[in-house]
Amino acid sequence: MCLAIPMRVVAVHADGGGLAEVDGVKRLVTLTLVETPQVGDYVIIHAGFAIKKLDEDEARERLALFRQMAQAWTTSREGAE
Amino acid sequence: MCVTGPGTIDAALTLAERGAILVTFGDMIRVPGSRLSLAEGRAQGADIRVCYSPLEALALAQEQPEREVVFLAIGFETTAAPIIGMLDRAVREGVGNLSLLTALKGVPPALAALIQDPECAIDAFLCPGHVSAIIGANAYQFLAKTHHIPCVVAGFEALDILHGIRSLLVQHIEGQARVENPYARVVRANGNPRVQALIRHYLHPEDVEWRGLGVIPGSGLALRPAFQDFDAAHRFGLQVTPGRVHPKCLCGDVLKGKIMPSRCSLFGRGCHPDHPVGPCMVSTEGACAAHYKYVSTEGATE
Amino acid sequence: MWGRGGPAFPHTPTLLKGFIMDQERRVLLAHGGGGHLSRELIEREILPRFSNEILNALPDTAALTVPGTHILFTTDSFVVQPLFFPGGCIGDLAVHGTVNDLAVSGGRPLFLTLALILEEGLPWSTLRQVLEAVRRATTACGVSVVTGDTKVVRRGQCDGLYLNVSGLGMAWPGFQLSARSIRPGDAVLVSGTLGNHGMAVLVAREKLFLETALVSDSAPVHRLVEAMLPWTAEVRFMRDPTRGGASPPCCTRPPWAAVLPLRSRPCPWTPAAAAVAEMLGISLLHSPCEGRIMAVVAPEVTQAVLAAWRALPEGQGACRIGQAIAPVGRVSLHTTLGGHTLIDRPQGEMLPRIC
Ligand code: SF4
Repeated sequence: MCLAIPMRVVAVHADGGGLAEVDGVKRLVTLTLVETPQVGDYVIIHAGFAIKKLDEDEARERLALFRQMAQAWTTSREGAE
Repeated sequence: MCVTGPGTIDAALTLAERGAILVTFGDMIRVPGSRLSLAEGRAQGADIRVCYSPLEALALAQEQPEREVVFLAIGFETTAAPIIGMLDRAVREGVGNLSLLTALKGVPPALAALIQDPECAIDAFLCPGHVSAIIGANAYQFLAKTHHIPCVVAGFEALDILHGIRSLLVQHIEGQARVENPYARVVRANGNPRVQALIRHYLHPEDVEWRGLGVIPGSGLALRPAFQDFDAAHRFGLQVTPGRVHPKCLCGDVLKGKIMPSRCSLFGRGCHPDHPVGPCMVSTEGACAAHYKYVSTEGATE
Repeated sequence: MWGRGGPAFPHTPTLLKGFIMDQERRVLLAHGGGGHLSRELIEREILPRFSNEILNALPDTAALTVPGTHILFTTDSFVVQPLFFPGGCIGDLAVHGTVNDLAVSGGRPLFLTLALILEEGLPWSTLRQVLEAVRRATTACGVSVVTGDTKVVRRGQCDGLYLNVSGLGMAWPGFQLSARSIRPGDAVLVSGTLGNHGMAVLVAREKLFLETALVSDSAPVHRLVEAMLPWTAEVRFMRDPTRGGASPPCCTRPPWAAVLPLRSRPCPWTPAAAAVAEMLGISLLHSPCEGRIMAVVAPEVTQAVLAAWRALPEGQGACRIGQAIAPVGRVSLHTTLGGHTLIDRPQGEMLPRIC
């Protein structure tokens, strides 16, 4: 439910809009729902609106943990085969 | 949007019949109403547009000031955020031909209602990550503290979910009940206060009917009387009724986990993913549609 | 022209606010009327582009001599919106679509028909651009347009222009294509990234909001099929993943079973296409391609076929994406965590979703 994806802010416009980017795809988004949006921030986009900023340190840590888990899983599976 | 009642779809179609442009998210287009779905209405000439962002409805209203534009506002707090963001702009820009047909809902009152149902026998909640981004992890404290139910806010990667389930199991085994938030990269304890303030400014809780779950007190998010000009039902003097659900559709029991979808007498016999009778058969994530896809092809049983 | 001396409107047509007439040459209803103007359209716009002995006589029916006896015949209609999108337009799309249908049935495309359904008022320049694209594509594919038809419908009755292209081809000897012949261990190959066309067109339609460098993969695949001729006995099954994307070839009748690792390397999709798909809540496996082949081949020829494909510009991104596991069953994706997701045809239209 509630499909939302992280994108990086690449432009902040005066009217509350801005551009966000992921994998070379840029999208016109609305930034009025988050505090002080800045170029370089990662935001969660839902239906064209940034609904939350992403905590980058937290994200990096969590994704590193996931990578470890996936790695461990793959290794154990390859071992079993 | 499994819990949107057929009455909302009926009302949307009535407005389209009266000449309004109806703007909706793609998710709603195949959900059956009492008589027709929006897709069927569109085929009969209703002016129904699918949007990705609610701002498209605002742009449309500004482009066509001679037409009435109605936005079908469905969803939980997550989706309420962009919808209210759009409304806020429409109010400030004084757009006079745009209104919302609201069927927005809040998650915490529904959770509170579910734990009161003894048949559900809920042990723990895996809390929705993007709803929590708005309302904050603290919104579940009452479940842990008062009702002793473990809550874990999960993200949407497969490992987020697995990790979330693991945390719930650990709490359950240890006999603990707290709110954990491993999705802290997006969710804060207090959520997004800016959106909460906007929601409070424009919307107030009311008792609404959830498809299959009945009326849940305080679970609806309706426009405050001060903004009733933007309320399509008020503006066009429309009574939104609960609508008529197929009497044999057991979506409510399916949603609550009381029965397997195949226990519904319509499952696979009149209700298919191509011809959904109830909303649970509409999107691939719907419980009935998923059950149909996997069970009917793998020969598994309950 | 109306307005000059014509009947006055009984009331102001407010709905036409902002409507300005211009001097641009446009398609008129009369261009489809069978009279002078029809003839002119055909003689000035069609014949010079597609001229050949058969077409020059302007037959309603073409009498053809086809080398060999085993004939393949197909038809397809094209209604894409917008008419022009990054990487192509409805004109080349129509040629590729029909040529590819013939090719993946194991055929060598030879002749095409070209039926135009034009909307009254269509700018002449648009018509020309589309016809030029048809001409370029037919030349590149080595096929000739041998008969056709033109109709003009009233303004509002179609979206600019529609095309119908039928195609006739000769079957290459040797291919015995059927999902029934798939055996466990066979390799599932694709000739390039999946889903780009569908996503590029969707982005072109939503251009107000999205900006990408994504281009359609619209291209002919007949050379990729020819490249497989040395191994016709080992090629079990081929499809072009067009409408519905890669899912219909996976869900064909008779059913066949295979597993496709979800994150196979090299990745059969471009990051931009995947990002748009994720943003709009659409499965990339449901997004159409218009220049790709999906083939199931005997394992021993996998490397040879991939090498032959990669030697062609349209096969640069060719890779093996999975393996057949049983003669009957379902095609499923293997997730990173060891789960299985069944591949299913899309339900209804490809629409952006929010939940
Ligand atoms: S099978 Fe169809 S009718 Fe039965 S509960 Fe599911 S959605 Fe409702």
